Amino acid sequence: MEIGVIINNEEVTLQVSADEFLADTLRTYGMLGIRKGCDTTSCGLCTVWLDGKPTLSCSILSARVQGRKITTIEGVEKEAAEFAHILAAEGADQCGFCSPGFIMTVLAMKSELKNPTEEEIVHYLTGNLCRCTGYAGQLRAVKKYLGGSLL
Amino acid sequence: MNTVGKSLPKIDAIAIATGKPVYTDDLVMNNALVVKILRSPHAFAEIKTIDTIEAQELKGVECILTYLDVPKVRFTVAGQSYPEPSPYDRLILDKMVRYVGDAVAIVAAVDEQTAVKAMSLINIQYEVFEPVLNFETAQGHRSIVHPEDDIYSHFDFGMNKEMNIVTSHKVEVGDVEQELQNCHVVVEETYYTQAQAQAMMETYRAFNYLDHTGRLVIVSSTQIPFHVRRILSRALQIPISKIRVIKPRIGGGFGGKQTLVVEMYTAIVTLKTGKPAKIVYDRKETFSCTTSRHAMRLKVRLGADKEGFIRAVDIEGLSDTGAYGEHGPTTFAVVGDKTLPLYNKTKAVRFMGKVVYTNKMPGGALRGYGATQGTFALESAVNKLAEKLNIDPAEIRLKNLIQEGETYSINVNTILRSSSLYRCIEKGRKLISWDEKYPSRELANHKVRGVGMAVTMQGSGIANIDNASAEIRLQDDGYFSLLLGSTDMGTGSDTILAQMAAEVLDISVENIIVNAADTDVSPYDPGSYASSTTYVTGMAVVRAAEELKGKILRQGAKILEVSPEEVEFNGKEIRMIDGNKSISLKRLAELSFIGVGNLPLVGNGTFGSPISPPPFIAGFAEVEVDRETGKIDLIDYIAVVDCGTIINPNLAKIQVEGGIVQGIGMAMYEDVIYDDKGHMQTNSFMQYKIPSRKDIGRLQVAFEPSFEPTGPFGAKSIGEVVINTPAPAIAHAVYNAVGVRVTKLPITSEKVLMEMLNLKEKSMQLLNRKEWRGKECNK
Repeated sequence: MEIGVIINNEEVTLQVSADEFLADTLRTYGMLGIRKGCDTTSCGLCTVWLDGKPTLSCSILSARVQGRKITTIEGVEKEAAEFAHILAAEGADQCGFCSPGFIMTVLAMKSELKNPTEEEIVHYLTGNLCRCTGYAGQLRAVKKYLGGSLL
Repeated sequence: MNTVGKSLPKIDAIAIATGKPVYTDDLVMNNALVVKILRSPHAFAEIKTIDTIEAQELKGVECILTYLDVPKVRFTVAGQSYPEPSPYDRLILDKMVRYVGDAVAIVAAVDEQTAVKAMSLINIQYEVFEPVLNFETAQGHRSIVHPEDDIYSHFDFGMNKEMNIVTSHKVEVGDVEQELQNCHVVVEETYYTQAQAQAMMETYRAFNYLDHTGRLVIVSSTQIPFHVRRILSRALQIPISKIRVIKPRIGGGFGGKQTLVVEMYTAIVTLKTGKPAKIVYDRKETFSCTTSRHAMRLKVRLGADKEGFIRAVDIEGLSDTGAYGEHGPTTFAVVGDKTLPLYNKTKAVRFMGKVVYTNKMPGGALRGYGATQGTFALESAVNKLAEKLNIDPAEIRLKNLIQEGETYSINVNTILRSSSLYRCIEKGRKLISWDEKYPSRELANHKVRGVGMAVTMQGSGIANIDNASAEIRLQDDGYFSLLLGSTDMGTGSDTILAQMAAEVLDISVENIIVNAADTDVSPYDPGSYASSTTYVTGMAVVRAAEELKGKILRQGAKILEVSPEEVEFNGKEIRMIDGNKSISLKRLAELSFIGVGNLPLVGNGTFGSPISPPPFIAGFAEVEVDRETGKIDLIDYIAVVDCGTIINPNLAKIQVEGGIVQGIGMAMYEDVIYDDKGHMQTNSFMQYKIPSRKDIGRLQVAFEPSFEPTGPFGAKSIGEVVINTPAPAIAHAVYNAVGVRVTKLPITSEKVLMEMLNLKEKSMQLLNRKEWRGKECNK
């Protein structure tokens, strides 16, 4: 079937099958920053924004995003790089496979939560798994990124 | 030092973090065939008939292979230096299937849907056998997991396959039984460690194609490109020279990718069809059809004299290698190798036991590689001994642990050249306020907090086996290329190796391009495993950089028409020490690329070590346990680390934090569970729980550097040692909180609660008996 969506502010028409998930559609379309890590909506690697809200693209059917606005990490390159530099300064990028999904969640958190506490940050990010860093370095980076009273 | 010791960001950081296409599946060409594996639903069976005709006829199916289509030469998928100390007990596809998930057929089609459809059209008749599912009864079981007579081993490691025994191992120094009899106090306990999953975020994957000369080019998310090349050469029966293996960025390995897992399937498809082929394992396959940590049973006996000196250590083990023996003998040997040397006031030590086949997913390499299992057992027993001797657990270690300059208990000819473990213990004890908190503190609402500790060692590379090379080229614009065969899997090893080269050459890391790894291009390196890269490859890099520096000085002096002793190199120019004449590095480089008799300057270095210097950690845990529910919360974890000189503090710190959390997962959450037919129940992140960011408490990492004289700039390894302490330290903390000694990992709230209820019941019974006896007396 054919769907019309807005990917990173560009209107596109895509051919998708009825049982196709958005993560696969987007990767086929060339958004290779999307990774899949679990098949059970547990890991957060495939996080994109659907109408501005972080969403697991592995578990939403492509047919259901007709007319909606999708943002991938390729669409927020500047903001992603800004946080990536802070993450890298902590050494907390490590294998990097979970980073794009994690960064999409961090950027969404920044616009959604005003002056979050450490507990609120951890809660917001808890759906993004990481096996390399032990999370502590990621938290240091997020706090530096958000600045303010957390530092 | 200018560069070593600096927390530089990883050279690949921005690309990988922002989702640039640099991983295996990002690089696949569009027309690659999709390869899927049809798997056995039975834990142990023989294929009687396999009918692929209907599947072959499906439009889009390119190739279906069964055991009839593969070379009949057994090999091991263990990524180890040749000759590998693992049994050659595998075929690409076998008539016998030995665990649920074992490969039955390889299906290649134009897309995934077609391949999946084709799999459903293959008809197989099995003769199903009784599987061996309990490793404790595997030895001598009436089912023989490997009845075939063409198993081969390069070494005599005591295989007795008719008895399902892969290895019988024994190391003994002194007479353990005699010494135990002489001891004032002896403790004994049997511990069980589970089959942990590596659970790297990027599942197993590879693709391959034939190049312009007909050679097989494999792009794989692997820790072992050179071993993959050699193993495939045997498995496919084609010359090594016909295979090239390229490693792009890897999304985590943790040892899982030290085993050849998927490359043989795509490779044989491409050889049969001539077409590019790719495979990407899903998470279920990654959990249930690859390898995990070897589950083990370890019985420890420790004996001490009246003064509290540990005089005898005895560990008897049994390891479950599952259906195939990759890494079986070596992970088992490491249990003893990386625990017995810790306590060297002993008069006798012994490590012995067996590795057995079962009809479960094979064991393999996972960070810690036997040392993790051994550390849980030994350190738990040391904590028990301390209690029995009424000595503080920190004190018993300070009294008994090996110190810098002393010799090993299992090898009196080897001297420990670097260790700050005593300082690590002292520091950790302060950081957690051990003296105030040990053993426990009651809180309100039925809650109690306890502290616990453990120490550990690992190695740095494999002594007398690992041998890595590095090459550095001065390029024509004055830049340097560093060629490596080691495999950065996210750790940052490419970066820290560039830091070492930059330090020697007095340049900045930005002036170095790192190329790794490609078996056509890279100098030989076994790959990144066994905690080898910082130490082994690191020394190779230092040697290569030193050689190149010498060449730069000589070449510069020649151009300046002075003797090499009169010049120095400051990273930018070669100049006379008296400041008279100089030539820029860029000009020197340009000149080396033109004219008669000039040679581009290249430095080569190779390093292998007769020793494997151990890094050390002292780990301390504080837990809070709810007496009513058994719920355990990890409050604090403190790790104080001796990895020698720290090359990159931030990257080292993340290694520690990541390893500690993986260790916390093993200690508290992660378990592999099978049903009574041998089906793995824990094959997704829904059932197999790796720690999330809410499950880990507060981590605090500190370093107490020693200086390893044989290592690059005094460095030792960091990658594996970090996972070993959480299980014994958390078990100890739980015991100190509520008196429950969990000897079977993971330490779950359920186990703690059940045991608390048991203890309560026992004490009630005791109380009742006393009361009843009292009444009897009163009559």
